[in-house]
Amino acid sequence: MRDVAVIGVGHTKFGKSEKGNIELFAEAAIQAMEEAGVGKGDIEALFVGNCLGGMAEGVANIAPFLAWELNLGTIPATRFEGACASATVAFRDAYMWVASGAYDMVLAGGTERTLVMGTPFATRTFAMGSDRFESQTGLTFPGVFAMAAVLYSKVHGIPLDKLREKMAHVSIKNHKHGAINPKAQFYKKYGNLKVEDVLNSPMIAYPLTLLDCCPFSDGGTAAILCSADIARKFTDEPIYVLGTGQASGGPLGRQEDYTKFPARVASARMAFKQAGLSPKDIQVLEAHDCFTIAEIILLECCGFFDWGTAADATEEGQTDIGGVIPTNPSGGLLGKGHPVGATGVSQIYAIVEQLLGKAVKGNQVDPVPEIGMTDNLGGDGATLAHVILGRSRRKK
Amino acid sequence: MAGIEIEEAEKELMEAPKYPLTMDEYKKTLKEGKLLGLRCGACGEVTCPPMMVCQRCGSKELEKIEMSGKGELMTLTVINVPPEGFEGPYIVCLVKTAEGPWIPARLDYDISKLTPEVLGKTVELKEGLTLPGDKYSAGERVVPVFKVVE
Ligand SMILES: [Zn+2]
Repeated sequence: MRDVAVIGVGHTKFGKSEKGNIELFAEAAIQAMEEAGVGKGDIEALFVGNCLGGMAEGVANIAPFLAWELNLGTIPATRFEGACASATVAFRDAYMWVASGAYDMVLAGGTERTLVMGTPFATRTFAMGSDRFESQTGLTFPGVFAMAAVLYSKVHGIPLDKLREKMAHVSIKNHKHGAINPKAQFYKKYGNLKVEDVLNSPMIAYPLTLLDCCPFSDGGTAAILCSADIARKFTDEPIYVLGTGQASGGPLGRQEDYTKFPARVASARMAFKQAGLSPKDIQVLEAHDCFTIAEIILLECCGFFDWGTAADATEEGQTDIGGVIPTNPSGGLLGKGHPVGATGVSQIYAIVEQLLGKAVKGNQVDPVPEIGMTDNLGGDGATLAHVILGRSRRKK
Repeated sequence: MAGIEIEEAEKELMEAPKYPLTMDEYKKTLKEGKLLGLRCGACGEVTCPPMMVCQRCGSKELEKIEMSGKGELMTLTVINVPPEGFEGPYIVCLVKTAEGPWIPARLDYDISKLTPEVLGKTVELKEGLTLPGDKYSAGERVVPVFKVVE
């Protein structure tokens, strides 16, 4: 497998948009292509993550239209769907195709529009990512993680009220960072939350309140991947893909204690193994904080903290800048927003920004990190994908 | 003339693998208050809700059984903001059945009196609740509802 580099990234403003899936992706893609200085003739394939286009806009088979939208000619173009992990899966496949030598350059990203659906129907469509027997019950996506919080409390013997206070610190931290990220949905909002604000906001699915939950969002993201051997023709500072992982999980009932999502453990280990690294080597993490409890669980599954200790670590500030593992300095899904099919490459974008020292002051990890990682989850722990990025090529 | 006889092609189709307990049959039986599962002829493991192969050993030797309807309450939530087509609030839970598998269900319980104390309690199947379907649900929904055994 050849080394692969990221040479350009693009990211629209997240939040409510009047633009559609095609328009959002096109904007992000052109930004990434301009940054890399590439266009028709350079890009050999297009991989796009999109989950709910059929529901929000009645659109299927979006990928070929995106290729023509960007005047990329007749290149193969494919949509990837792995619920919230769609764009990471698209990025990872782009990496695989370039690493294998089949293509030298691929455009990967994602796009999603959800706010136009309104809360009841958007909630319905998100629940379609659950197992068929679960969605029959009227279980929602917040409900899945609400049950995870209850289970976490039970498994680790942390009283639920205490756990809720610790979870609130995830919301406080990620909103603090989102509030100073101009691309974030909650830019200039919720930058100074208190524990009580989170606990007392409207109850969505007990024990999760509105401020425990990420919002519905619209947005597009893109990245240009190419063979590391040609990357310096396009940029002085390529960011290298050091390792990737992907794994599958089944229904919650089959996973049993899903505070230890088996697919997340497998995918993270796969990425670490490929990179020849371990959690202590990661200096910045963008991770799938769809709900406050989700960030606590993922930190343990990826090996950053022992089982049952990430809630305390979060309360102590170990997951903020200056801590053991700065997590979601972009604002994460909670502060930046979560346009489902675009989120994975938003995380890639944020890590590339961090490794280039281009995040805003207050969100930039200092000194500029050498190695960063993304963690993305789709559905109820059904699709998990991880990417490790670095400023230097993989050690042979 | 190259090719196989049409009878041979028909026989092949007849003998092709068949899903051991379809969602349709599972829902129709649940509507009558019976929860069905699949017992593995090779290892004895019970799979519920149904799947194509045994969830422990992968065997296709599965026999339909009626579950006891008894179990333990593992986790739950109260859905205040339901998906379109559902009316909240209601309790969704995961029940560890006496036969082993954890299954998604509703819990029949007074929400105003709900506390974490209810976790770990013994529950039993009360009914199969029928809910109207929508354009995306491929027919009506049938959900197992459990009650706490005092
Ligand atoms: Zn078996």
